[in-house]
Amino acid sequence: MNSKTTILIVDDEPQIRRLLEITLQHDFQIVEAMNAREALQRVANHPPDLVLLDLGLPDESGHEVLRKLREWYIKPVIILSVQQDEEDIVRALDNGANDYLIKPFRTGELQARIRSALRSATPEESSARLDFGDVSIDFAARRVTKGGVPIKLTATEYSLLALLMHNEGKVMTHRHLLQEVWGPSYTGESQYLRVFIAQLRKKVEDDPNRPAHILTESGVGYRFVGK
Amino acid sequence: MVSVLLIAGVTLVGLVVHNYVGYPVVAFMLLVSVALLALLYDILTVVIAAVASALIWDFFFIPPRFTLTIGSTEDRILLLTYFMVALVHGVLTRRLRHAEQLARDKEARAGQVRFYNTLLNSLSHELRTPITTILGATDSLTDEKATLSEADRKDLLKELSSATLRLNRQVENLLGMSRLESGAFVVKKDWVDVRELIYTTLRQLEPEVTKFRVSVFAPENLPLVKLDFHLMSQVLYNLINNILQHTPEGTDVVIRAEYQDGQLRLLVSDTGPGFPEAEIPRVFEKFYRLNRSRPGGTGLGLSIVKGFVEAHGGAVELRNLPLSGAEFAITLPADATYLNGLKNE
Repeated sequence: MNSKTTILIVDDEPQIRRLLEITLQHDFQIVEAMNAREALQRVANHPPDLVLLDLGLPDESGHEVLRKLREWYIKPVIILSVQQDEEDIVRALDNGANDYLIKPFRTGELQARIRSALRSATPEESSARLDFGDVSIDFAARRVTKGGVPIKLTATEYSLLALLMHNEGKVMTHRHLLQEVWGPSYTGESQYLRVFIAQLRKKVEDDPNRPAHILTESGVGYRFVGK
Repeated sequence: MVSVLLIAGVTLVGLVVHNYVGYPVVAFMLLVSVALLALLYDILTVVIAAVASALIWDFFFIPPRFTLTIGSTEDRILLLTYFMVALVHGVLTRRLRHAEQLARDKEARAGQVRFYNTLLNSLSHELRTPITTILGATDSLTDEKATLSEADRKDLLKELSSATLRLNRQVENLLGMSRLESGAFVVKKDWVDVRELIYTTLRQLEPEVTKFRVSVFAPENLPLVKLDFHLMSQVLYNLINNILQHTPEGTDVVIRAEYQDGQLRLLVSDTGPGFPEAEIPRVFEKFYRLNRSRPGGTGLGLSIVKGFVEAHGGAVELRNLPLSGAEFAITLPADATYLNGLKNE
């Protein structure tokens, strides 16, 4: 990984900032901010390659910071939150956060999420074909293969899978998936999503009950991981 | 509303019978109805009822009838007495209720004190044990004079990690419980693929769960069911985790799901030693722990299960199985959809 990749850590707890710095300093250049005002200033002065944003900040909520950042900042933002409040997380994701982690998290998981977010932020050549282990997608031909064998997909199944694979590593909220695949008037119709995810898993996964690619983010959405 | 109906009804009856029994008797009938109201409603209603019924009696029954004028001094005294009795009745009832409320409050407070004492005892043990481990391990690891072998250092680090996870589990349970107690939590129901719910939860229990022989029986054609994914996932997590904690490795764990007549049934059973029959009624109580159980739990897991299931309008039961082991049975009323014909979309 490029040693000049910069990560801004926004958290009001010095302990957490220190821990994250120690964990990440080997691979990244670390910048810190302890509140919303400082965070916005830092991003404006020297836009980092990724922001780790705590939702509970003393001067302004992380949601507000995210909203202001997203007016112009397009690089990945990963949310850190102490509460497992799905609504809060979904709100942040719908407002442009790329991913989220609930405290306490394991540092291995954090590093994986950071790598994944950075990877998706630099679309190498915006290729028409993506390979994820044994599963590949050819966007031009609208074709998905598993172990070299084409998978038979309906139009809706393909749209859903293509959307997930295109955003590999990123959590996609239920609402977002429904809106993109079925249309804005279907955002409340989560039953479609459940059925199609189950169908896709049967076709894509080795063991649909222990999915390795299409992962459930409890109460939030789905994530495609490549391996 | 009830008070208006009651007074009006009694007035009507009074109108019918006053020719036979005389109007003072009607006053007693009205008085009885006001007294009844005092048992049910607050002071304001009683006062209004007293005033209204006094006026009604005066207007409809005291001669000259259909005027508010009162003919004789006798009747004036009667009316005044009527009004006083009705009012005193209202005040007395109110006092009585106030006293009852105080007694209830006091009892509730005593119960709360008992509750917090149990909580504190259990908590101080369950929280301090891992904290002691964490502090001790970090002290040893940072002590420059200590001569630790590489193996010792590794052991201490492992202890640190497991103590922290244990602490985290306790905190999760406490947060879950306080969420329930506060009543400020909402059941967010949405369509759930029950198979997905079960397998996602099992995943969260890895790697411990892989040391057990888990089988899932959930028919492919199970409908989507409307419930709170997150809460029900926690319910399954706690039930299965309970088995992992209290039965030997390699025990069979069976998870069964079925949907019938608007009810989702989730059965979680094991082939472990089962529960002592006498303790079964108490296992869902807050902070209750089996007499023989090994340290490590807060006694909150199963009470959270009960709380979350009941928040869904459902019920959870525990029974020992005939041969060996125990079975938790959850029954939830839940909407379902089969979504037929989607395949062709």
